[in-house]
Amino acid sequence: MLFTLGVVGLIVRRNIFFMLMSIEIMLNAAGLVFVAAGARWGQPDGQVMFLFIVSVAAAEVSVGLALVLRLYQQFRTLNVDAASELQG
Amino acid sequence: MLYLFYLAGAVALISTYMVITRLNIVHALLYMVMSLLAVALIFFLLGAPFIAALEVIIYAGAIMVLFIFVVMMLNLGPQSVVQERQWFNLNTWRGMVILAGILLLELIFAFRLGYIQPQALTEITPHQVAMALFGPYLLGVELASMLLLAGLVGAYHLGRREDELERRA
Repeated sequence: MLFTLGVVGLIVRRNIFFMLMSIEIMLNAAGLVFVAAGARWGQPDGQVMFLFIVSVAAAEVSVGLALVLRLYQQFRTLNVDAASELQG
Repeated sequence: MLYLFYLAGAVALISTYMVITRLNIVHALLYMVMSLLAVALIFFLLGAPFIAALEVIIYAGAIMVLFIFVVMMLNLGPQSVVQERQWFNLNTWRGMVILAGILLLELIFAFRLGYIQPQALTEITPHQVAMALFGPYLLGVELASMLLLAGLVGAYHLGRREDELERRA
């Protein structure tokens, strides 16, 4: 459920800030599932995986927020569609 | 014990729904913190107190502070003072207070009950987690540290100002 909300948030919002927060929600949901599975079978592996997920989330959010700052300096907006000028 | 779990899950879902539907970034961030605290309580009820503490410290503490800093750096204008004044009416923080109150009552209730475990779940102590983390998963720890270093360097590189770039070039 939490993961689904994160995906919906990622698709619906065009504000890059909310997209980053949705990614956080999805990572958090995945971590919750890991810990729940670890608790179900009494193994510590799930919690170890959660630690890795937290570190990945921290690295991702630092780079993502730096990108947000660059986007705002460049385009004066937080709309990601403004940055789609790379013609393929 | 089980309905405490479901109540915390409901709080997490409601606050996450509020996160993706708010128009104001700061409101969304506040609901995000609420959602993270609810998930931390779920971890606590699942028998993972160490992970619950980490969730509060790292997610609700560090990562959300990062978001708030960026919000602070982005919009600094004269209209923000007026906006700030509007935030102090009851309507904006009533939902937050209700959800936070539910969580606080649950926490108090769980401690009053003496933290009874559900039958199927066993508590995993931080000792076990540490033994697994620095035993078979040692390579993963090293990789995580490399990833964090890469994130640090990348964020620094991307976060430089334009004039600074031009001065170097």
